[in-house]
Amino acid sequence: MNLAFLVLVPLIAGLLAWLLGRKSDSAARLTAFVGLSIDLGIVISLWVRFPRAAAVGPGNRWLEQLDLPWIPQLGIRVHLALDGLSLLLVSLTAVLGLVALAVSWSSVQKRVGLFHFHLMFVLAGIMGVFLTLDLFLFALFWELMLVPTYFLIVIWGHENRQSAGIKFFLFTQAGGLLMILAILGLHFLHASQTGEYTFDALRLAATHLPGRWGMLLMLGFFLAFAVKLPAFPLHPWLPDAHTEAPTAGSIILAGLLLKTGAYGLIRFALPLFPQASARLAPWAMVLAVAGVIYGGLAAFGQRDIKRLIAYTSISHLGFVLLGVYAGSRAALEGAVLLMVCHGLTTGALFALAGGIQDRLGTRDMASLGGLWSVTPRLAAMTLFFALAAMGLPGLGNFAGEFLVLLGVFAVHLLPALLAATAMIVSVVYALTLVRRTMFGPSRPAAAVVDLGATEMIVMSGLILLILYLGLFPQTVIDRIRPFLQIIPGGIG
Amino acid sequence: MNMSDLVSLLPLLVLVAAALAVLVAAVVRRSTQAASWITLAGLGAALLGVPAAARSGAMRVSDLIAVDGFTLFFTVLLLATALVVCLLSVSYWRGRRGRREEYYLLLLTATIGAIVVVSSIHYISLILGIEILSVSFFVLVAYRRHKAEALEAGMKYLVLAGVSTAFLLFGVALIYAEVGSLGFQDVVTSMATGPGLVATAGVGLLLVGVGFKMSLVPFHLWTPDVFQAAPAPVVAFIATVSKGAILALMLRYAAVVALYQSRSLVAALGVISVLSMLAGNLLALRQRSLRRLLAYSSIAHMGYLLVALIAGGTRGPEAAGFYLVVYFLATLCVFGVVVLRAVGRGQADDLEDFRALAWERPGLAAVMAIGMLSLAGIPITGGFLGKFYLLLAGASAGLYPLAAVLVASSVIGLFYYLRVVAGLFTSEEPGIRRSEWGGSAGTVSGLVLGLLTAALTFLGVYPRLLVGLIAVAMRGVFGG
Repeated sequence: MNLAFLVLVPLIAGLLAWLLGRKSDSAARLTAFVGLSIDLGIVISLWVRFPRAAAVGPGNRWLEQLDLPWIPQLGIRVHLALDGLSLLLVSLTAVLGLVALAVSWSSVQKRVGLFHFHLMFVLAGIMGVFLTLDLFLFALFWELMLVPTYFLIVIWGHENRQSAGIKFFLFTQAGGLLMILAILGLHFLHASQTGEYTFDALRLAATHLPGRWGMLLMLGFFLAFAVKLPAFPLHPWLPDAHTEAPTAGSIILAGLLLKTGAYGLIRFALPLFPQASARLAPWAMVLAVAGVIYGGLAAFGQRDIKRLIAYTSISHLGFVLLGVYAGSRAALEGAVLLMVCHGLTTGALFALAGGIQDRLGTRDMASLGGLWSVTPRLAAMTLFFALAAMGLPGLGNFAGEFLVLLGVFAVHLLPALLAATAMIVSVVYALTLVRRTMFGPSRPAAAVVDLGATEMIVMSGLILLILYLGLFPQTVIDRIRPFLQIIPGGIG
Repeated sequence: MNMSDLVSLLPLLVLVAAALAVLVAAVVRRSTQAASWITLAGLGAALLGVPAAARSGAMRVSDLIAVDGFTLFFTVLLLATALVVCLLSVSYWRGRRGRREEYYLLLLTATIGAIVVVSSIHYISLILGIEILSVSFFVLVAYRRHKAEALEAGMKYLVLAGVSTAFLLFGVALIYAEVGSLGFQDVVTSMATGPGLVATAGVGLLLVGVGFKMSLVPFHLWTPDVFQAAPAPVVAFIATVSKGAILALMLRYAAVVALYQSRSLVAALGVISVLSMLAGNLLALRQRSLRRLLAYSSIAHMGYLLVALIAGGTRGPEAAGFYLVVYFLATLCVFGVVVLRAVGRGQADDLEDFRALAWERPGLAAVMAIGMLSLAGIPITGGFLGKFYLLLAGASAGLYPLAAVLVASSVIGLFYYLRVVAGLFTSEEPGIRRSEWGGSAGTVSGLVLGLLTAALTFLGVYPRLLVGLIAVAMRGVFGG
């Protein structure tokens, strides 16, 4: 039941926050906080009970499962299951959820109850996506994430929120509906072969995919995930959505929503369609390398801090895509590690960018500068996370990117070389970000408040996590390795 | 006709008695309130009569009417909808002067017509039902007869409904010319030997007539005007009962007549479905009037439902049944809010009238938001499952192109549904100040809307009961 609670607790907390929020703002914030704390507690208890890597094998794949009939007439079940991969991402969701809550504690003052309602619903949807094995339920959670995110953008967002919200929604929704068609196709193909009507991914994996069916259905899934990721030509929604969203929205978008795309590829696209995926792999790697380079160059040209961070996401998620389709186990493990680290660093960077905007009223780097002397703590934190994002050795992102490159290098030389050049670009944009905001002549005339105690606690927590992932990546990799081994594309 | 026949007709008989009672009461003493009470009581009693009718067993009452699970399922749906519309009407007319006895009488007759339509297995009862339904609506649409736009809409509806009836009658005449009988069943036996050109043309003309009533593209031209000018509860009634009853009829008709044997007719239906989905959603995009937007949205929804109709088999009608329930609930939610917004004044038509509603009336805004999100097909509301069920039905029949159009057009649809919902929550000055519109929502109407919203979310979370119920109800007609 732990798994059901992970999803249900945020839903209930969201509803309560809305109802209580009509009376008192702080009640809404507290309710959301309590809900997420319960989720974090469950996650921690799951980590504690996590068996040693050796004890988990193909026969004993799931740490915890929940399998109940839901709409038996249509073969739809509530099938939640948790393995190392899910646990890692569910933990990320709980942590970043709390970060998002913390940064909106004082900055969101309008319609507080409704804000937390939407925040909790997005998180519940994301939790569901990371846990479910029933494809119908997966599609349901996939859609469930979108609507509250859209409202977070268009109600609490910045200047151009309307168009950014619509763009985000159309891109992701179109992808999601294509995936539903592919799910239905797979469902009926399976039924025609076995007579069994099911949406369970584990059973559907056995479906024989004749001729072009495998490719068509796989593309349905791939497009949905590639939009979310986002892979190179499908990215135009991302910079707008990330820039216009409120701080909490940007954190959730960059830190979590993008990961659902990568997760979908690893959990469903690869295992369900091994042959078609292998045929797509070269093209996916081309898109990945294009994304890595394009994202880095575009980030370099930005003036808006949030936009810059948004473009770096395209670049880093390009690495993830590269790792997923490289067909090497090291690369896949690196991709997963990078997903988590990117979530933490980008979440922190968006939180800091939001802090800068709250304090100075602008995100334009041209009118910023000299923050180091005014707000040393804010500046130091920004420096740390910028270094982490560019891949400073010793920090988690470096371990992830390095593993990806190592894995890719062993099998495909050219993509690895091209992607490695992007690491130089990333140094340039990360350092530019720091130099233009933190150093130089001090622009802000008014007294600016530095990071407070809450913000320092949150940031320190994130720093510790990234350091831990950078210094001891093996402990995490050990725990996801048994599960990644089962994925056909991952065995190099 | 024996006793058990009468029992199985109980809901219809109760409604007829209620209609007569409204007339007689008006002769004794004119009172709008009395008429509304009699109507409510009649609809409630008819609902209570359904279990008795069900217990009398599935059967054909004469050659005209079948009272089977299919009929009873839709009878309950139609009666419950009529009950809600009647309650909303009480709120709607309360703030307006004038006597309304005939309004409630017409609500009753329209419901009678709709129930006859869903139970018909014979062209005579089909035409009878459709005519009772249409004639009631001629008056209801133009009910605000002092307004020019209401008269215009009424005229349009009258002329187009007349034309569609002519198509229908001519179609039936052609079928009769070839088959020599007017029962649905008899046509099959002759179709089995290969449908003749005349009969196929007849069914085609019949589809045209039916297309008008369901407002499918290209027979949809009356819809936006009627939606804009008719009283809000009447619009809710047209969008649900009138369209739903005819779709139900088509489900049975297509299965009984084995429409699927005629490739050309199926292809024609497919084209109509695609046109309705695309045109409905595209034309809704740029509307500034909420009612016109909903009119085009309802056109699109009828297009979606046609996918299930074309899919046929057992899955198609089941999906259509489920979707109709969800669509009814969502439409009633949305129009319930429109009615309450229009209490005592105006038409509550412009989208501006609903801007920032959430800060004035959070409850109403929540009902409207959930209704709209369900129409858009967003999870946790029944709409998501409904749309998924339609896609499932389409895919099970291998109709992937139609399913793809459904998907594409509902992405377009999201645009305007979300625009409306986002408008409810904007921070700008509300379109109407609280003091400007009088009248309270009314406890009863508020409660009803609350129940509808709860039902809509319940179906999104726990659809198993309804799915099972529909499967049982339809088994008799569609096998499986």
